[in-house]
Amino acid sequence: MSQTHEQYYVPAQSKWPIIATIGLSTTLYGLGAWFNDLSAERAESNGPLIMFVGALFLAYMLHGWFADVIRESRGGLYSAQMDRSFRWGMSWFIFSEVMFFVAFFGALFYVRTISGPWLGGEGDKGVTNMLWEGFEFTWPLLSNPDNKLFPPPSAVIDAWQLPLINTILLVTSSFTVTFAHHALKKNKRGALKAWLAVTLVLAVAFLALQVEEYIFAYQELGLTLGSGIYGATFFMLTGFHGAHVTMGAIILAVMLVRIMKGHFDAEQHFGFEAASWYWHFVDVVWIGLFIFVYVL
Amino acid sequence: MSAVIDHTAHAGHDHHHGPAKGLMRWVLTTNHKDIGSMYLWFSFIMFLVGGSMAMVIRAELFQPGMQIVEPEFFNQMTTMHGLIMVFGAVMPAFVGLANWMIPLMIGAPDMALPRMNNFSFWLLPAAFGILLSTLFTEAGGPNFGWTFYAPLSTTYAPESVTFFIFGVHLMGVSSIMGAINVVATILNLRAPGMTLMKMPLFVWTWLITAFLLIAVMPVLAGCVTMMLMDIHFGTSFFSAAGGGDPVLFQHVFWFFGHPEVYIMILPAFGAVSAIIPAFARKPLFGYTSMVYATASIAFLSFIVWAHHMFTVGIPLTGELFFMYATMLIAVPTGVKVFNWVSTMWRGSMTFEAPMLFAVAFVILFTIGGFSGLMLAIAPADFQYHDTYFVVAHFHYVLVPGAIFGIFASAYFWLPKWTGHMYDEVLAKTHFWMSFIGMNLAFFPMHFVGLAGMPRRIPDYNLQFADFNMISSIGAFTFGASQLLFLFIVIKCIRGGKPAPAKPWDGAEGLEWSVPSPAPYHTFSTPPEVK
Ligand code: HEM
Ligand SMILES: [Cu+2]
Repeated sequence: MSQTHEQYYVPAQSKWPIIATIGLSTTLYGLGAWFNDLSAERAESNGPLIMFVGALFLAYMLHGWFADVIRESRGGLYSAQMDRSFRWGMSWFIFSEVMFFVAFFGALFYVRTISGPWLGGEGDKGVTNMLWEGFEFTWPLLSNPDNKLFPPPSAVIDAWQLPLINTILLVTSSFTVTFAHHALKKNKRGALKAWLAVTLVLAVAFLALQVEEYIFAYQELGLTLGSGIYGATFFMLTGFHGAHVTMGAIILAVMLVRIMKGHFDAEQHFGFEAASWYWHFVDVVWIGLFIFVYVL
Repeated sequence: MSAVIDHTAHAGHDHHHGPAKGLMRWVLTTNHKDIGSMYLWFSFIMFLVGGSMAMVIRAELFQPGMQIVEPEFFNQMTTMHGLIMVFGAVMPAFVGLANWMIPLMIGAPDMALPRMNNFSFWLLPAAFGILLSTLFTEAGGPNFGWTFYAPLSTTYAPESVTFFIFGVHLMGVSSIMGAINVVATILNLRAPGMTLMKMPLFVWTWLITAFLLIAVMPVLAGCVTMMLMDIHFGTSFFSAAGGGDPVLFQHVFWFFGHPEVYIMILPAFGAVSAIIPAFARKPLFGYTSMVYATASIAFLSFIVWAHHMFTVGIPLTGELFFMYATMLIAVPTGVKVFNWVSTMWRGSMTFEAPMLFAVAFVILFTIGGFSGLMLAIAPADFQYHDTYFVVAHFHYVLVPGAIFGIFASAYFWLPKWTGHMYDEVLAKTHFWMSFIGMNLAFFPMHFVGLAGMPRRIPDYNLQFADFNMISSIGAFTFGASQLLFLFIVIKCIRGGKPAPAKPWDGAEGLEWSVPSPAPYHTFSTPPEVK
């Protein structure tokens, strides 16, 4: 592994980590206080305010920390070895994100293939069926064991309408971001900007359709977070995916701005590459969603 | 913390020499040694806080009947004791050791991502501040056990569960970033010539631990997120009335939980594998098999989680699979124990404090492994589950396992950190008090457990009275001896016999090639490893 060993850049003191800590913990504390007040139906809550203050810290930190990193990178402080640290860091971060989704996919598979059928009276554990006699397990679950507590949806989203379009949008965007990368490597700045802009447009279109789908689900189908395990897994998986798409789109937008400002060249562009890795990751997760949440 | 003295001779960058002055040094630092020290101190404070809770528990259990605390508060104590010891004491102690030692062991100038390193650390005081503050609220802190099973932690939980959830998120973010840092450092910053199979075992075990952390902390995050949604947003992941399943909670939790117990022991394996050869004055027996055994344990730890769920109602095939898979772990674990013993075989051994703790580790951890094997027998576990036998098991693997591993490491490397030798007589006293205290505290738990005393209950049947009193006396002894440890560490920082660069004649590795105390910056240019 021993390549040339230039001086490895060890940054001096930095105020960003502590600001990040204050920001993140304040935000989450506020969020917690708010959720508690909502659930207890207390009229007043200072949660949102605390959360807002925390978010301000976070925004300030993100801006400042990344500005530092960009300045150092463009100042030539980073060696090839540093670049590899970033690559390892990003790869393992994405792996951790994959495992986050694994938890929810695991929950979905478990309910669909194991505990759901038991609740419906199958297998060794058929006794659990005695809790709600006559309950039949189907997927999508259009009648819950307790329909008063968890009013079931009247129908679920059809895979071959909006979700199909969304699949096409997202898969296409994975290609366009790769085209942008190739353009960057060949130093074709015009094509780079164009492909990246197209990627962003596709991302926004995806998100818009996703919002429309949610509205339709809530208003027309009665498919909600509270409509039993189908709604729970559906919104949890697609919702966290949507949040990741939003993150990815913001990152890509920042990349576009940086490219407009003349950042990155054909050799040195890990920031851009990391963004595109992330984008491919949300794309792959979507494929899983499309197959296991919508189609099957 | 005067451990780091000014140094004039080092080849760093011009713009930062020694440590900055004052409090802000610690708040803003990017130095792996500063951050390592902060992790270690934080972990020790948490150890004392969590330990005090254990003292409350043992005081209540000193005699049958209810005497000291309300049962509600007792539940909060058991819950917080577990959470704090696992996430606040053991894990941060190992991250602290990793921060201090991995760069020194592989000849790296610092951790790969120093600013993120600082972020990982400071999240922990924030997380535990939030968690501990819930104890002072009206409805009380978390009371559902450190394993926080649904629906106890959802439908029937106090309000503080929301803060508990976000606290766990903060700890998770901290652990994941810390682990990513470790992986990037090990894979990318080794000195030229240090191939993977030349790495010290502590580095190897941490590499594998970091992988486990990155793989399972997100699953824990997913688990508490589902709880959050069930509590506040009407989902039914863990409620059968909506088609979900409370047992799902246990699957997700233990998918995290079992690898987690290996996260708490693998770095101790690594440290002990450095210490035993040093004091037996012989190279480690079976280095390669140690590496493969660690990797096998890590792999197996992903497919045994339901051994915690034998009695919850899983199909017979599941019981059998998880029973045999669990027993398989004994094989690589046995390889390790065999190697440690073989390393000592015919060595010229001396028994300074690190070695005492290491030898006790090997013996007592093995006892914990054996009780684990008993628990792994599914039909027998129906008798043992949720009794004090389980408590005895996991305290035998965690106290003389993880905690003794940490004590051994601390005594082994204190000279390197502070530049002084610790007080050997006091340290040996600390060892014997801890050793006797912990065996007195935990060995009788096997008996009361087998006789049927349930865990997590503040009162018990008269027949268990004698053993419980012995347990409590042992626990108080163990607890008191940790104050002695605090004294020893402070004394060592403030003075003592100056330590040479290599205070242990049998020790090996790059960390002993730098002076003691280790300068603020080390290996700014990597050493050559042959
Ligand atoms: C040979 C190795 C091991 C085996 C076969 C084993 C087996 C088991 C089994 C079957 C249980 C569940 C008992 C029950 O709840 O009825 C258990 C519980 C536990 N084990 Fe182990 N174990 C081993 C090693 C370890 C190690 C190395 C650690 C930690 C360092 C550990 C920590 C724990 C903990 C914390 C629990 C209890 C969790 C709880 O319910 O609160 N075990 N073990
Ligand atoms: Cu386990």
